[in-house]
Amino acid sequence: MSAAGTDHLPPASPEGQHGNAYEALNEGDDPRWAYGTGFADPLAGVDTAVPEGVDAAELAAYCLMLGDDALIMSHRLQEWCARAPELEEEVALANIALDLLGQARLLLARAGAVDGSGRDEDTLAFQRDPGEFRNVRLAEVPNGDFAHTTARLLVFATWRLALLDRLAASRDPVLAAVAAKGVKEVAYHRDYAAGWVVRLGDGTAYSRERMAEGLAAVWPLVPELFTPHPAERRLARAGVAADPAAAREEFDATLAQVLTAATLPHPAAPRRDDAPGGGAPGLDGPSTPSPDLRKPSAPGPGSQEGALGRDGAHTPALDGLLAELQSVARAHPGARW
Amino acid sequence: MSEWPLYEVFVRSKRGLNHVHVGSLHAADDETALRHARDLYTRRNEGVSIWVVRSEHITATSPDEKDPFFAPSGDKVYRHPTFYAIPDDVPHM
Repeated sequence: MSAAGTDHLPPASPEGQHGNAYEALNEGDDPRWAYGTGFADPLAGVDTAVPEGVDAAELAAYCLMLGDDALIMSHRLQEWCARAPELEEEVALANIALDLLGQARLLLARAGAVDGSGRDEDTLAFQRDPGEFRNVRLAEVPNGDFAHTTARLLVFATWRLALLDRLAASRDPVLAAVAAKGVKEVAYHRDYAAGWVVRLGDGTAYSRERMAEGLAAVWPLVPELFTPHPAERRLARAGVAADPAAAREEFDATLAQVLTAATLPHPAAPRRDDAPGGGAPGLDGPSTPSPDLRKPSAPGPGSQEGALGRDGAHTPALDGLLAELQSVARAHPGARW
Repeated sequence: MSEWPLYEVFVRSKRGLNHVHVGSLHAADDETALRHARDLYTRRNEGVSIWVVRSEHITATSPDEKDPFFAPSGDKVYRHPTFYAIPDDVPHM
């Protein structure tokens, strides 16, 4: 990128005084003078050394977890391209997908640089098999309808924002910088998703029903988000990672606020038609069986009981997702475009 | 599904400049129109402020009125500030 923008700025005047009204408007710190200029590198000037006392392999594994979450969630959102209900929503979803892809690139690049393997972001994204991915399963399950997508995005963004908020104070300067950039992005994602959950939940009887179904479908995947991998726990104690278990309270509070505004019942609560009279008996009634998260539906070689997405245990849906995501890169190794 | 109403979008590229019309979009209401405008028209760092207004609320001149409206100003050179020198360090002119 050229630095053409700065060439057009008036020279700074002495004594900090503004030479003219236009320079005063610039406040001296804004090189942007035309559409589409003035982009910033989020890692400019950041120390990329592994912080003292931190296990490099563990830090790399953690970067993969956060990077894979973003990469896989981004892909599911990209699948809405040319399929969204309105052109405007399609661009909105694509923008969110691109934000997450940007976070994935930084995190995968960091993982490859730290683990000493020399793998770049593309190698990590395109040359790993499903069992090597470390994303939570919430990100990989197939898309449903638009309500399902907004429900999943609300849960994902609320959880990720709580993590990134804490990560902005990480002892690892790269993670801190990636998080600081991501907080502003994911805050918008959460806002976007919350807006639709409220609009559809507090909309017509039909939109409300579908919104409730979308939330019910993603809800069994929530506990995994707050089940820390041992590496996450250790790195959190070292001041490098964000402990997902510590983010639960914020997550619950935000979800409760959105669900109240949407006039929707909490997806973990028994359905109203199961509990006539609103009394206690409903609590003892049969509830929808939720999938046992500790039992991977597609145990890969070496996977063990209780393994989660963070251990590389995924649903079969990830196979299909990666087949599409990786097809071009694998068919043309090393290709450039 | 009935079609969402049309909005016109105005973006200010930076503080001190004017909002400029950049295009239009469909949205369910004023608030989503702002969101859509953010997503459609400020993706490449184009703006610091957005206005949206329902297209039906804009009153515009009609092509039929072009001559009485605009032609008379075409030959009045004395109305143009062409007799001043603009300093080199004044941008956006």
